[in-house]
Amino acid sequence: MPEGVAGIAEMILIALVYLGIFSVAGLFLVLVERRVAAWFQLRIGPNRVGFQGILQTLADALKLVSKELTGTVRADKFLYNLAPYFVIISALMAMSVLPFSKEFHAFDINIGVLFLIAISSIGVIGILLGGWSSNNKFALIGAMRSGVQTISYELSVGLSLLTMVLISGSLQLSAIVEVQKNGWLIVQGHIPAVIAFMIFMISGTAETNRAPFDIVEAESELGAGFHTEYSGMKFAYFFLAEFINMFIIAAIAATVFFGGWLSPFGITESLPWLGVFWFLLKTFVLVFLMMWFRWTFPRLRVDQLLTLEWKYLLPVNLVNIVAMALIVWLNLTIQF
Amino acid sequence: MPMEITPTATDSFKSQEYFINMGPQHPATHGVLRLLLTIDGEIIKKVEPDLGYIHRSIEKMCERDSYQQIVHLTDRMDYLSSHINNEAVCLVVENALGLEVPERVKVIRTIIGELTRIASHCLWWGVMGMDLGAFTTFFLGFRDREMINDIFEETCGARLTMNYNVPGGLMLDIHPNFVNRVKKFVAHFKTKIPEYDELITGNIIFQKRTKGVGILSREDAISFGASGPVARASGYSCDVRKYHPYSALDKVTFTESLKTGGDTLARYEVRIREMWESLSIVEQLIDNIPEGDHRVSTNAVIKLPAGEYYQKVETARGELGVYVISSGTKSPYRLKFRSPGFSNLSVLNHIAVGSKIGDLVAIMATIDLVIPDIDR
Amino acid sequence: MTNEGLQKCINGWFPEQEAGALEFTEEGSQFLNITVQPGQLHQLMWQLKSDSETHFDYLFCLSGVDWCGELGVVYHLESTTHRHIAVVKVKTGDREHPVLDSVCDIWATAEFHEREVFDFFGITFNNHPNLKRLFLTEDWVGFPLRKDYEDEVNMIIK
Repeated sequence: MPEGVAGIAEMILIALVYLGIFSVAGLFLVLVERRVAAWFQLRIGPNRVGFQGILQTLADALKLVSKELTGTVRADKFLYNLAPYFVIISALMAMSVLPFSKEFHAFDINIGVLFLIAISSIGVIGILLGGWSSNNKFALIGAMRSGVQTISYELSVGLSLLTMVLISGSLQLSAIVEVQKNGWLIVQGHIPAVIAFMIFMISGTAETNRAPFDIVEAESELGAGFHTEYSGMKFAYFFLAEFINMFIIAAIAATVFFGGWLSPFGITESLPWLGVFWFLLKTFVLVFLMMWFRWTFPRLRVDQLLTLEWKYLLPVNLVNIVAMALIVWLNLTIQF
Repeated sequence: MPMEITPTATDSFKSQEYFINMGPQHPATHGVLRLLLTIDGEIIKKVEPDLGYIHRSIEKMCERDSYQQIVHLTDRMDYLSSHINNEAVCLVVENALGLEVPERVKVIRTIIGELTRIASHCLWWGVMGMDLGAFTTFFLGFRDREMINDIFEETCGARLTMNYNVPGGLMLDIHPNFVNRVKKFVAHFKTKIPEYDELITGNIIFQKRTKGVGILSREDAISFGASGPVARASGYSCDVRKYHPYSALDKVTFTESLKTGGDTLARYEVRIREMWESLSIVEQLIDNIPEGDHRVSTNAVIKLPAGEYYQKVETARGELGVYVISSGTKSPYRLKFRSPGFSNLSVLNHIAVGSKIGDLVAIMATIDLVIPDIDR
Repeated sequence: MTNEGLQKCINGWFPEQEAGALEFTEEGSQFLNITVQPGQLHQLMWQLKSDSETHFDYLFCLSGVDWCGELGVVYHLESTTHRHIAVVKVKTGDREHPVLDSVCDIWATAEFHEREVFDFFGITFNNHPNLKRLFLTEDWVGFPLRKDYEDEVNMIIK
């Protein structure tokens, strides 16, 4: 078949595969969140539908599809309908760049890390549009808070990733994983890398609007924040996108700090297809960490959130970059 | 009851401010309370409560009902301290008639009253954490409250609106398991309050959200008629159990929890301290319940002699007052309930102005309002 | 201070010809009851709060009462320093347009309580910052806690 058609067919196939991963991962993560939350709260959580509740989210998704699509009378129809697609598209695009294993890597572009950071900024447009076009004061307050929060924490995410790029020397994700054959980057960079990891986890949680930074949705304060007026499938989009974003942040951390699809000490190096397993294992440990945060800490007030970023995280981050640069220049990294 | 929100020429409506309605259905207002907020960005300029969504004209009904029936009505006012409300009305009637209830009755009333206070504070703690975003506290608080509810169910027959008191004593004697279960609960709960502290009180995020927020000075607390933990956190010593003791409270020793900060954190700490003190009171009484009757008989139709009677009790929210004007008939001529929530609510506008919406939620969580108490 | 001491102290504030307008009684109640005329209400209340001997700075109960003929308000006052309690009563015979002075400027708690009394009894208070109905809807007709209030639909009389 001619070049062009084959190329397009390949792209469509990859897109369908990733859509599949997106939905399955989303459904699975929602269930994991509910079981983990129940465990912390001395309850059991959903365990009836399917084996240990596996089919629970499917049942919820079917229910959501059958709901009436409401909307306010004076909402801006076009923007209101457009908003959820922004968040979905940005999540999908970010997922396509993640290295699940050496071969299972859809787009191995040479600006991998930069691309990821740029894409995550597009998601916030969806939130702002959703809040604004709902024509609802609570939604508007939620959307404005979210805009402010995301713009501030993008800086910290970017800078902490930049710290690790100093060791790897390349923005390309597969190259970053290759460098870690000499030891995970968090070990290679020792102190500055640990600090960068902590800052990345904090800012990543803030980027995805999860507790303790969920002032955007603050259920106890504003009803439901920017997605107050959404119901049915459109609400499901926002909801799923939040979980996928959490997965993406954890995946980036697993790739950049903990070796991606490499096995610890190279124990299964001869079986490269096991890389997917290691990658998912590391990602899920970090996802569990983010869920742990959510169900333990109270939430920060919006001005405290911004103070944390601008007065504490940013200066620490800048000093950290300089420290890391010194360590790399003086060859003080730990190599195996 | 509903008010128009359109700004009129007499309102000080500046171009940056806008109105937001918090409630009556809202996760953080703990009941049907509607707050009209005037906000400028995130800063609150004015808070105006709109009451009456659960007004059931209890005071008018009291002018028609007999005293035994009135005890039933008080359950539903501050339903988290329902036993103490019942006790208040029974005490008014007993003092007016000059009835001397047996020691056993007094001790049991105090034990159940203090357990009610602990149950109310458990719920308060759980909901406070939930309002601030730490959802797990809700389940931990309810887990302990369930133990108390089970004790009540076995002895009094109901979990929330106990209605165990009658003028002259108690409806039935306590269940044989009562003493053991209460002792087990006390031992269990002593290990739990440190758990609460570990989870929330020392957490830096919690401290930053409550320290210095919503400061109420001592003079303002007195002028606004605040009582209970709200006033004690501002340094005004007003525990009715100390100054006007009733039932068996003059036989126990306990310290009044006082703090001087007047901010949200101080109110929080006062309530945690109160839980310890209530546990200590229960411990002092539970082993020595005197033998005797559980009830002194009264006439079937109780008529108070003509005159005015006032009884104060300390509920979990503050000072509840029952003011009866009797003209010698079977129903009171006028019965007024001085509810603690009503006066505590009036401080809200004073302390919330100038703070942010997030602070308003924290302030309301610590003022601990139960709306049926305010609306009666 | 005991009830007798209070009575002497308060009596001493007013010159001879007006002293007769105050009535003191202790019968039918455990506290000292002071009945005052509407015209002197605000002045008496101000004195009760500011005088250091009495220092009644805590108004803990404000009730409206329909005395079957007269409408009145009963104030329960307590002192946070001396811990004594006194009761002040004021009545007005005018049922069409009852008016009394507000004590909001003396105790801030009176603001809500007086709105409640206005809502249920119809007594208007002078100098109240925000006198409108509190519990009932704005368009409610009548004052429910009065003894002559009739409501076929909502009231069940046995």
